[in-house]
Amino acid sequence: MNDPNVIEPGGVEASADGPGDPGRRSDTVSPRSAVAEQITEFGRIPVGNVRCEDPFIIAENVNAYYGDIHAIRNVTLEIAKSEVIALIGPSGCGKTTFIRCLNRMNDSVEHARVTGRITLDGQDIYERGLDPVVLRARIGMVFQKPNPFPKSVYDNVAYGPRIHGLAADRAELDDIVHGSLERAGLLKEVKDRLDEPGTELSGGQQQRLCIARTIAVNPEVILMDEPCSALDPIATARIEDLIDELAEDYAIVIVTHSMQQAARVSRRVAYFHLGMLVEVDETDRIFTNPQHKLTEDYITGRIG
Amino acid sequence: MQDTTLLLSLTVLALAGFYAGRGRALALVGGPARGRRLHSLPGYYGMFLAMWCLLPPLTLLLAWSLFEGRVITLMLIEGLPDAQRSMSAGELNLLVNNIQNLAVGDAVSVEIDAVLREASSRYRLLQAESRRLLTVLCLGLATLGAVSAWRRIRPEFRARNRVESTVEFFLLLASSIAVLTTIGIVMSVLFEALRFFQQVSIVDFLFGLNWSPQTAIREDQVGSSGSFGIVPLLTGTLLITVIAMLVAVPVGLMSAIYLAEYSSQKVRAAAKPMLEILAGIPTVVYGFFAALTVAPWVRDAGEAIGLDVASESALAAGLVMGIMIIPLVSSLSDDAIKAVPGDMREGALALGATRSEAMTGVILPAALPGIVGGTLLALSRAIGETMIVVMAAGLAANLTANPFEAVTTVTVQIVTLLVGDQEFDSAKTLAAFALGLVLFVVTMTLNVVGLNFVRRYREQYE
Repeated sequence: MNDPNVIEPGGVEASADGPGDPGRRSDTVSPRSAVAEQITEFGRIPVGNVRCEDPFIIAENVNAYYGDIHAIRNVTLEIAKSEVIALIGPSGCGKTTFIRCLNRMNDSVEHARVTGRITLDGQDIYERGLDPVVLRARIGMVFQKPNPFPKSVYDNVAYGPRIHGLAADRAELDDIVHGSLERAGLLKEVKDRLDEPGTELSGGQQQRLCIARTIAVNPEVILMDEPCSALDPIATARIEDLIDELAEDYAIVIVTHSMQQAARVSRRVAYFHLGMLVEVDETDRIFTNPQHKLTEDYITGRIG
Repeated sequence: MQDTTLLLSLTVLALAGFYAGRGRALALVGGPARGRRLHSLPGYYGMFLAMWCLLPPLTLLLAWSLFEGRVITLMLIEGLPDAQRSMSAGELNLLVNNIQNLAVGDAVSVEIDAVLREASSRYRLLQAESRRLLTVLCLGLATLGAVSAWRRIRPEFRARNRVESTVEFFLLLASSIAVLTTIGIVMSVLFEALRFFQQVSIVDFLFGLNWSPQTAIREDQVGSSGSFGIVPLLTGTLLITVIAMLVAVPVGLMSAIYLAEYSSQKVRAAAKPMLEILAGIPTVVYGFFAALTVAPWVRDAGEAIGLDVASESALAAGLVMGIMIIPLVSSLSDDAIKAVPGDMREGALALGATRSEAMTGVILPAALPGIVGGTLLALSRAIGETMIVVMAAGLAANLTANPFEAVTTVTVQIVTLLVGDQEFDSAKTLAAFALGLVLFVVTMTLNVVGLNFVRRYREQYE
């Protein structure tokens, strides 16, 4: 129904030179309206299909600024429940900024500003009165560099459940910790080392520990910011297998610089360029038959 | 030649040497256009020559000025008539002084006789001779050095390496001055303290409960045999330090947390320099603030609730000392908190922690070693602090844990022992060195432990 070819060019509102009034909340745009296509210096974008079946996260006309820098320009994208969507694009194109908008991590950056509308399961996450702390418990995040806390393996995983009061007693907490480590495929390796510092695990184990820590608070979405860029190929393969398994229960948004990784783990791929969403489509289509010149240039190695 | 003239001519020689060396190196390869055939840049050959021109005479000059006076005096005494030479060392010293004074035209304390006159003219002669010799030797050495360096310049000669190793030597010299000074101070304190322990037993010193360092100057003086028990001083120091830390650690730590995590850039930009100004206030200012403002206030406040507070109380001194070290604790803790990687904080926030949960649950535990290290450094600063306690804590060596009483500290006693005219071999004066040694050992231990903590913690995240 949302074939890009059907969209009326007349629906274009935003001009090439920016987001228009940054303070404007695009309440007039209903979440499922036609995509506001823009004509930019790169032609008409986005191409492909930013809509999806049964969307869970809907970003509409999102703009993000760091001071005077316009980091995200008018991005509209839907993300479904239990799908893996990979964000690719050259460095500095706004992929990371975009996922940091989704769990409001940009709040803690001074001078950062986000406009537009992002809903999670129908709820506007930038609504006044919404507690970002609660939001972040629903949207977990795994970072580029493994960042275990300087605590024991056990306490690393137990940190989230503890601050959210998810376990009534020690036995329940044990269950959560063991379950999360199990799901992250780490339990076998660290079963006897739960009291050792998480910082002493290998890089790949640390990253899986961070994933275990994230799923311990039972999120609905997991954002992954280049989770394998600091890991060797074997550890990377393990994480990718893990992403496959997790995809059954969570919506996963993964930022990656590796096109092979995007091809292996994701169902859909979104290509970003200079803060703009250029093309979104099924992974197979993006890699076999990209519609936009920029996407083609990037995946064939001419950009980046 | 005067020293300044000599130095000036040496400088001119060295400058000329620089251009000569540079020119020679270039001439050897056939002009600047072919300078790349040289091993080093042409300037290095110039510097090499200038070094040889300058360093040997300067070394000689230094040695000469160190030993000149002594050698001339010896030669002077050699030449005196036997009657004078057989005088005692003190008398001889006086005579030499008189000869020297006469030579430069100063007042002389005895009648001027023939011997004196003759000796003083000989002294003048010796001095002039020494100057002349020095000038000749210096200029000779400079020329010799320049010529030999000149002859060594070849296109393949590694002038750059020579110059750099010389520079390295001077860097080493500069750093060894600091180290040697430290060793010298430690040694002098140690040996003077050992002299003290010959007069007072070390056990009495370390474990004695009574401090009253008045020794008799005359045999028939009464009631001043002196007792040197350091325990009341240590407890006084400890009491004031504990009070100071009770003020400084919570306030400093909390301000550091606020500045590092919660404050906006603007507040931080204003508050940080303010804290550093607090660190820049001279301790003597804190001292009279303690003595004239805080101490009376503490006394009045105590009286208002029916407590008997001394005018000079440990509490007043401790409070002000605590304020003094707040910036130290705060800035070191701030550094420690800032050094915790930002992604650790983000990791906690991404799990749905509030900022204060991230702070108490993740950042502070990670920064703890740095904070402990900073606190230990502040502690050693508090123990060594003098001015505030001199003014506000009092001189009475009370063995008490009551913060409302006057106590005294190790540093205060060192000051009082050495203020005024002293004989430098009495137990009273030497006790200052023993106290200094104790203080030094304590603060050094704290510093070493504190710095170790800080270092180990830095390594953790690199």
